[in-house]
Amino acid sequence: MRFIFKTSYDQDIRLARHGGHMFWYGLLVAFLIVAPWAIDEYWLAQLTFVLIYGIVGLGLMLLAGFTGQFSIGHAAFLGAGAYTQGVLTNMGIPFPIALLAAAALSAVVGVVVALPALRVKGIYLGIATLSFGFIVEEVFARWESVTGGNAGLHVKSPQLFGWSLGSGEGFYFLCLVVAVLSTLGILNLLRSPTGRAFVAIRDSEISAQSMGIHLARYKTMSFAISAALAGLGGALYAHKLSFISPDQFNILQSIDLLLMVVIGGLGSVHGAFLGAIFLIAMPQLISMGKDWLPAVIGQAPGLQGLVYGLVLIAFVLFEPLGLYGRWLKIRTWLQLFPFYRKGLFKRQKSFTKSDRLR
Amino acid sequence: MQILQLLLSGIAQGCIYGLIALGFVLIYKATETVSFAQGDLMMLGAFGAFAGMSLFGMPFWLAAVLALVAMAAFGVLLELVVIRPILGQPQFSIVMLTIGIAYVARGLITMVPGIGTDTHTLAVPYKDQIWKVGELVVNLEQLAIIIATAVLCGLLFAMFRYSKLGIAMQASSQNQLAAYYMGIPVKRLNGLVWGLAAAVAAIAGMLLAPITFVHANMGFIGLKAFPAAVVGGFGSLPGAIVGGLVIGIVESFAGFYLPDGFKDTAPYIAVLLMLMIKPNGLFGEKLRKKV
Repeated sequence: MRFIFKTSYDQDIRLARHGGHMFWYGLLVAFLIVAPWAIDEYWLAQLTFVLIYGIVGLGLMLLAGFTGQFSIGHAAFLGAGAYTQGVLTNMGIPFPIALLAAAALSAVVGVVVALPALRVKGIYLGIATLSFGFIVEEVFARWESVTGGNAGLHVKSPQLFGWSLGSGEGFYFLCLVVAVLSTLGILNLLRSPTGRAFVAIRDSEISAQSMGIHLARYKTMSFAISAALAGLGGALYAHKLSFISPDQFNILQSIDLLLMVVIGGLGSVHGAFLGAIFLIAMPQLISMGKDWLPAVIGQAPGLQGLVYGLVLIAFVLFEPLGLYGRWLKIRTWLQLFPFYRKGLFKRQKSFTKSDRLR
Repeated sequence: MQILQLLLSGIAQGCIYGLIALGFVLIYKATETVSFAQGDLMMLGAFGAFAGMSLFGMPFWLAAVLALVAMAAFGVLLELVVIRPILGQPQFSIVMLTIGIAYVARGLITMVPGIGTDTHTLAVPYKDQIWKVGELVVNLEQLAIIIATAVLCGLLFAMFRYSKLGIAMQASSQNQLAAYYMGIPVKRLNGLVWGLAAAVAAIAGMLLAPITFVHANMGFIGLKAFPAAVVGGFGSLPGAIVGGLVIGIVESFAGFYLPDGFKDTAPYIAVLLMLMIKPNGLFGEKLRKKV
């Protein structure tokens, strides 16, 4: 058990609280760097997907988990990034510039969504973003001269300073660098005044406002950053799949993304990546489990949806803090080992304040 | 004549949206949560009627009534088992929970061998009958939807206006704590509201089935009922029906006069406009917090 005595305010916002953090995250980064040689190609591809979804998850986590603005149309931003990247690289624009353009354009789209969304909150915001997602999906399908319509769009493999990143390893490292940079960016953002303003808005809009936080500005900013990250993830996603079509960015994808952050654990940066691991690992686990089940159940097409639903229900009912919350409990249990009390993480029952009064 | 024809099909489609939106609004008013599973409850209702008719060979009316009762019971059960334990948690948890329920419902139906993955027709007695009024072609299926919606609205109105149960539901929807103090069994009422919403969804499913067939993904139509609920004002029962009609008519006209692709997005464009202009909807209640 480690006790940290904080003697200065700086200690409160330090990225690594103590040496242990440095050690474990260092180990994680070391593993991620040697991963291409340690695991085979298939798992490396899965790991790349985890990183890509992790980047998108970070964005959604910032919006949903830290600013309290739920978006049920996040796949629209993912798609905006993916299509920008696809169209620009096919035009022969260098990869890094296209990547930045994808993030920037998605951010602009995010601002466009934020403007009507500023007036509404709660479930109305959810429905506004849902509607927006539908409209954008339709735009992808209909704007055939640019996006290729329902036939889809092939994306060239990325080139960076002359050498191709099309191979599994090169692209993996690219994703790793982007993921690490965006994680550090989000962590730094969260300990800055801006990040604290986001959290204040999540906890209570009225009190945040009365503390002098400009709600409209910060909400717009949150949407823009979140959309930019989703666009970044979308751009990488487009390259990884090398083929994009409108039905990859539909409502189910949006719900998948939301499911990812909720299961990962709302309001934690770890949660974004844990959720991404979950989202990638789940189909694998299900297909592995299929062999154990009787054929009638195992071969049925609806099995995956059923398991997703059950897992989601179980998480909301029993572990609202998500996978990260589960890890916190395990860690606390290990730290306090003989003295762990059962009710330590017990939820307080409280009646939510009415949403109608606003 | 063209316009009248479009109006008729718009109204029929809008009644379906209105009925699903009615489910949202019932639940939202009573418990302040939004159920994303409403469309899938509709799908379950349609499948229930289909199972009754084709597997057990019941006549349509018996199957319909049985499906209705079964869905109402299912709604009550759902509230008891899944929703009640997290009452008082943030609204968003319940939204995720209902998304989970929707996944489970869709998955379970798809897993039924030989039935779940196919599309079926619900052999209603009024299928494929057409009336001609002047030049106007009236499809009896559409007429049934409109009449059933009107009757259902009348019944619901009477219930909320004249029966003790309905008045108690209204009371608990306005202030749960005060309703508790007046001796109203709020928890039991919440269960009943979920049951009622599921029953309304089942009716919508059975009415829709002759037009679009019965299949596992018909629940996605529930997503189009969100615009209906918002346009009408999320907390208003007449608003849900009116919103549904507006969305249905907008969709039907957009499909005819605007280029391809606008038919499916028109409801969402309408709802975004509505949120920008009047976030509370046409019939929305306006409540302000006192500091």
